[in-house]
Amino acid sequence: MTLPLADTSFAEASWVLVVKSLVIFAVIFAIVPVLTVIERKALGRFQSRYGPNRTGKFGLMQPLADAIKLIGKEAYRPQNALPLLWALGPILVVFSGVTVLAILPWGDVQDVGSGPVGLYGIDVSIGILFFFAFGSFAFYGLLLGGWASGSKYSFLGAMRSAAQLISYEISMGLALLGAIMMAGTLSLPGIVEAQDEIWYIVPQILGFLIFMVAGFAEANRAPFDLPEADAELVAGYQTEYGGMRFGSFMLAEYLEMVVISGIAATFFLGGWMGPGPGWLDPIWMLVKILSLVFVFFWVRATLPRLRYDQLMSLGWKVLLPLATVNVLVTAVLVTVL
Amino acid sequence: MSQEFPYLKEGDEVVAVQRGPKPGGPKGAYRAFVETLRGLKTTMGRLFEGPVTIQYPEEKTPVYPRFRGRHKLHRFEDTGLEKCVGCSLCVAACPADCIRVVAAENDPSDRVSAGERYAAVYEINLARCIFCGYCEVACPFDAITMGHEYEMADYNREDLVFTKEMLLADSLERTPLRREGE
Repeated sequence: MTLPLADTSFAEASWVLVVKSLVIFAVIFAIVPVLTVIERKALGRFQSRYGPNRTGKFGLMQPLADAIKLIGKEAYRPQNALPLLWALGPILVVFSGVTVLAILPWGDVQDVGSGPVGLYGIDVSIGILFFFAFGSFAFYGLLLGGWASGSKYSFLGAMRSAAQLISYEISMGLALLGAIMMAGTLSLPGIVEAQDEIWYIVPQILGFLIFMVAGFAEANRAPFDLPEADAELVAGYQTEYGGMRFGSFMLAEYLEMVVISGIAATFFLGGWMGPGPGWLDPIWMLVKILSLVFVFFWVRATLPRLRYDQLMSLGWKVLLPLATVNVLVTAVLVTVL
Repeated sequence: MSQEFPYLKEGDEVVAVQRGPKPGGPKGAYRAFVETLRGLKTTMGRLFEGPVTIQYPEEKTPVYPRFRGRHKLHRFEDTGLEKCVGCSLCVAACPADCIRVVAAENDPSDRVSAGERYAAVYEINLARCIFCGYCEVACPFDAITMGHEYEMADYNREDLVFTKEMLLADSLERTPLRREGE
């Protein structure tokens, strides 16, 4: 029996890898600031108002203004914070988001003259485990940042984020397990190729829903934004941060949304699959990611924040059993059929 | 009934209370799911309806015809004489004590108002005014009415004391009027 590990059958020149990383980095970091303004505008429309529309045409310069304001702020550190760990928090959070971008598949292997090039950062053999390994890094950032701030609000926010991670990471992994079993591979490009006939959202609709719900929790988004809980905890783990350190947390939150949407698009929406020639693949992937990010905004505009015990019982009593049943049924069906 | 509510006696008046279904269980989970979808539908509806915001400095909130905004003093349209005769009834009626009137005798060769006397000084301190409209009611000649203007913010309190000339002048910008049924 062979382990379901990915194998890259070709080697890429190192300069290709450098170019690929730069392009992915540049594209995503161009999209993330735009997402902030799109979110605020979408939230506005959901609430029958405009949202930001004063800075530049249609308010599109808003992220620039925000960035200038954040960078211009004094780097202030509370007296009882632990300097090193405190500074490490936002770095870790952004680091985890950026790393996962490497495995998002943006397209099939293309021949670009000098040999085949996969339109993704890397095709790692552990595939989705990479996502879980580095995705969970973000919580070290939140936990360290919240604890090292030396403030009770930050500490409470950090504790909540830790509890939330434990509750939802499992359901998230189990939700993906069904798709992995159907594809028979851990490699993300492999999983996309396995959806040639039918997107996994159809047979794995339950897995998709569980993954998205757990994804809201993982990205600390409403209705699971308890670690921030601005009504009770000021701003949770980011209370004591200001300027671009706070900006890094916000950046990471949006990055995380993109990453989770990307994983969901890869596993359930057929990744880069779509009509048109091969060079359209990244566009299709982007369209799918942005639609899923829009769902994040939509849910945020709709649902109120859960109470803490509701969060826990939803995670352990609803999502986990459902995900387990989903995995069991899929396993049986995959073996029988 | 008596088993369910042992403290109730026969003939007690009972008020029917409608309670929601009990939370929890598979039914509760199903309800939560359906209600979530209903909520998503509601917010999506708002998206398609479009915003209801009035972009204030560019667009203005229309006011009702009887809206009580900044005061106006009036002239007779045919003769151009001021309607105000300086009787100070508005001063007497004003609960905020914000009007000051100093009356003077009209010169028959160069009349200012239609009556015997006219208001030599007519000042309203809009920093004190509560826009109750009692002055309008008190005035026997309809010389003072409440206008539709509501943008009166200023940097100095002294600038909020409106003199007769300012109150008589036509306002530069017209405030949009609310149409019937709006």
